[in-house]
Amino acid sequence: MPILNIVNKSPLERNALASCLRIAAPGALLLIEDAVYAATRGTSTEAEITTALSKFRIYALLPDLQARAVADRVIDGVATIDYEGFVDLVAEHSACQSWL
Amino acid sequence: MSEGITKKFMFVNRTAPYGSIYALESLEVVLITAAFDQDVSVVFIDDGVWQLKKGQQTKGIETKNFSPTYRALEGYDVEKLYVDRESLAARGLTEEDLLVDVVVMDADELGKLMAEQDVILSF
Amino acid sequence: MSTIEVNGKSFETDEEGYLVNLSDWNEDVANHIAGTENVEMSQNHWEVVNFLRKYYDEYQIAPAVRVLTKAIGKTLGPEKGNSAYLYELFPYGPAKQACKIAGLPKPTGCV
Repeated sequence: MPILNIVNKSPLERNALASCLRIAAPGALLLIEDAVYAATRGTSTEAEITTALSKFRIYALLPDLQARAVADRVIDGVATIDYEGFVDLVAEHSACQSWL
Repeated sequence: MSEGITKKFMFVNRTAPYGSIYALESLEVVLITAAFDQDVSVVFIDDGVWQLKKGQQTKGIETKNFSPTYRALEGYDVEKLYVDRESLAARGLTEEDLLVDVVVMDADELGKLMAEQDVILSF
Repeated sequence: MSTIEVNGKSFETDEEGYLVNLSDWNEDVANHIAGTENVEMSQNHWEVVNFLRKYYDEYQIAPAVRVLTKAIGKTLGPEKGNSAYLYELFPYGPAKQACKIAGLPKPTGCV
C-alpha cells in the first residue's frame, strides 16, 4: 500500500506542497486546511496539481473548501471528500506523511 | 476620545483565514483601532485576499465564520480597503469574488501608501 | 464560569454575566439578565435589544457604542440614534448593558 501524503499549507505561501510533489513516491495526496487553495482553478500554482495528477490520486477536504468559499472551483480530477472519507483514506494506506 | 491624536494606521493582511488565527486577530484590532477614531486603512496582499472571498461556509469545520464582519467595517468608518492586483490575479480571483467594495491597486501605489503611514501592523 | 437560573433551567455565563452560548437566549433569559442589571424592559428597551440581535446576526459582532448609535439613527430615526436616549435606557452603557441583555458577547474594544 502506498503512502498517504497530507499537506495543510497554502501553496502560495509555503513550499510544503512543492516539496511533497518533488520528493514523494507515487501514491495519494490529501489537501486539507489552507492547502485546499491548491485544488482550485485559476491560481498561479494550478499547473503543479494538474501535472501531479498523473502521479498521485489527489483529494481535497470538502469542509475546508466550503469554509474558504472555493468548493465551486475545484480542478477536474481532484476528488472531494468529507471527514469520513479522510478516515477511510488513512485506514487504506500503510502510512501517512504530513508535510507540515 | 475624539479629542485625541489621530494617526494613520495601516493593517497589512497576508494570511488566509481559518488556517491560522492571524486574519481574525487582525480584524479585531482593526475594529478596536477604528473605535478610537483613528485613520485606518486595511490592505490585503498574498493569501490575505482570500479573507474577502464571497461565500464562506464554516459549519463543516466548526469555526466561526467571521467574513460577514468585513461588511461591518463601513459602519466603523473604515472605508479604505486596498487589494493588491497581482495577489488577486495569482489566485484566479477578480473584484466580483470579493464580499466588500475595495480599491484594487498596483504594487507601486501600495508601496507609496505604506510610506505615508504613521503605524503599520502586519498579520 | 457561572450560571443563571431561569424557569428552572440553568444557563452558563462568564464571570461578568454574559451568556456563553448565543443559542441559550430567549425573552425570559433577557428579562432575567435585565433584572440583574436593574433595567426594567420597556418597548423601547426591546427595540434596542432586538436591533442588536439583528446587527449581530448580520455582522457576527456586537457593535461599539458609536457604531450602534449611528446604526440606530439610520434605522429608527435621529431621536433614538443619540447617546442621551440610549444611556437613559441603559445607564451603564448601551453597548455593554444592552449586549448583555441581548445575549451577545461583550463588544469588541470594550474593556
